[in-house]
Amino acid sequence: MNILITGLILGSMLALLAIGFSLIFGVARIVNIAHTAFYMTAAYCIYYLSIRLGMNQVLAMFIAVVFVTLLGLVAYKFLIEPIREHEGAVLIGTIALAMIFQEVIFLIFTGDNLSIPALLDGFFVLGGVKILYQQLLAFGVVLVILAIVWGLLLKTRLGLAIRSTAEDREVANLMGMNESRLAMITLGISVALAGVTGAVIGPLYVLHPHMWMEPLILMMAVVVLGGLGSIKGSFIGAYILGFTEAIVIFLLPTGGFLKGSIALSIMIVVLLIRPEGLFGIAFEEER
Amino acid sequence: MGLIGYYIRKFFKLIRGEVLVLPSRTIVGLFILLLLVLPLITKDPYIIRIVILTSIFAILAASWDLLSGFTGQMNFGHALFFGVGAYSAAILNIKAQIPPWGSIPLGAIVAVLAGLIIGIPCLRLKHTYLALTTLAFPIILLGIVFALPEFTGGELGISGVQKITNSLVGGYYFHVILMLVLCFIMWKITDSNTGIIFHAIREDELAVKAAGINTTRYKLLAFSLSGFFAGIAGGLYAHYMRIAGPSTLEVSMSFNVVIWAIFGGVATIYGPIAAVFILFPLLEFVRLWPEYRVLIFAFVVMLILLYMPEGLITWVRDKMEKECPRCKIRNVATRKTCRVCTAQLD
Repeated sequence: MNILITGLILGSMLALLAIGFSLIFGVARIVNIAHTAFYMTAAYCIYYLSIRLGMNQVLAMFIAVVFVTLLGLVAYKFLIEPIREHEGAVLIGTIALAMIFQEVIFLIFTGDNLSIPALLDGFFVLGGVKILYQQLLAFGVVLVILAIVWGLLLKTRLGLAIRSTAEDREVANLMGMNESRLAMITLGISVALAGVTGAVIGPLYVLHPHMWMEPLILMMAVVVLGGLGSIKGSFIGAYILGFTEAIVIFLLPTGGFLKGSIALSIMIVVLLIRPEGLFGIAFEEER
Repeated sequence: MGLIGYYIRKFFKLIRGEVLVLPSRTIVGLFILLLLVLPLITKDPYIIRIVILTSIFAILAASWDLLSGFTGQMNFGHALFFGVGAYSAAILNIKAQIPPWGSIPLGAIVAVLAGLIIGIPCLRLKHTYLALTTLAFPIILLGIVFALPEFTGGELGISGVQKITNSLVGGYYFHVILMLVLCFIMWKITDSNTGIIFHAIREDELAVKAAGINTTRYKLLAFSLSGFFAGIAGGLYAHYMRIAGPSTLEVSMSFNVVIWAIFGGVATIYGPIAAVFILFPLLEFVRLWPEYRVLIFAFVVMLILLYMPEGLITWVRDKMEKECPRCKIRNVATRKTCRVCTAQLD
């Protein structure tokens, strides 16, 4: 039962993060290492607004998501767009961006562990296991958000544009889609997803300035496992890795140390059998 | 006597004709000279220590460039080679009592094996898939290290590794000269036919295959060579710090290597080395304001990249020199005609 809960929560968090990461990679070919740093920033933002300023927590969450999205757009406009042609430069640019976030947060909030109070207090016991209402809430919100993203991508014109750009950038551009504006919009959506993740998952975890590192690696593993640019793949991959981690933590004696190793080993095994990931499309050789 | 005089004259002629004509070569020459005379100027242990660590990381950054810069196989887990080199050198030294001159090369060979083990499966992957997969390997190993504390020391690492030499200046010359020699070997490798094939694999792998070259073999070769040099850097680090700890395998170590190499300019070998010699002492220098240290570092990297996305050293070199359109030989930017074929420079 514990395994189920931990797996579901971890999987949901990874799914939200991985879908955002996968979207921006698919559309703009940007490997955004700073993605989880936005998630961290959102969580800290909520902490600041609701605890330091005593704001209503739901309002604080809303402001945090908007703020993080704006931050993401500004960072994209001034830091990433000028160097987009150079893959390597974008890569370490986003690493540097993540480090800047980490250090600024470290300066403002110090390195102490902080926590956000849960929106819903209390818990109920099911099968001898304590389930927090906050966990249920987080899971529900994640499902709703995923449904919204799904609908956006499949049912709207914007979604169509995003999907077609992800499939073939040049042809989409020729068909009259403004590629750079689309990249901007996608980045906004992607960062907003990271912000939402921070908002719903934040209360369940401790906040500290290095919290972006651990989900970053797992998120990348999820994205690779599911296939780059595939939303369905990211979704399924996230739950596979989430449950693997949960099982390893609860069933193995040294599980706490090995959780990352085993989850990543699964990713590598899958890649060996299917080099393009579970649901990825094999990119044609770009020459 | 006459023969010695002949060689001395030949040497000076070589210096004047081949080194002093190009500012970049002059700078490299001056830099090597400065490194070699530094202990005569200052014997401050702190400065000596920084230069030694910088040299070790310069080997590491150059070895990343040899693999990822040249063949384009983005390796995000370069800490794996470094960590494997460090841990195996430390284990060989402590458990098997092998002195440093044996444990460092053996550690490097273990790192080569690690390179082959991850290289063989990873060769099926391309671009971003490869980058993100290689990122996973050091973390897997880190988990194993934590799970076997009696063998690897767990979080504390293996301490008490034998020092290479106790003398300050001797240690300095050992590390710096080894760094210069290894980097020269790497530069020579990339300058040879093999290096040209590496370049070609990055530019267009399909075309190289079509030219009848077994690209898989060359990519594996790149993995092993890079692993070897990174393993040596790891062994040196373990013997210098006298500890092989989990920090050698961390993600930030892998990221640092990538930052150094791309900051300096990839596919050059000298670029990453220069970048390490700029960024690592900078990080030490801003220790004066400890709380802003990483922030300043990140800002410097970011700003330089915004204006020079090809890398700092590549940019500087392009400003100082231009290539002759006819014979492809480099000239000082101030020249009107090529120094060899006298063609007009534009």
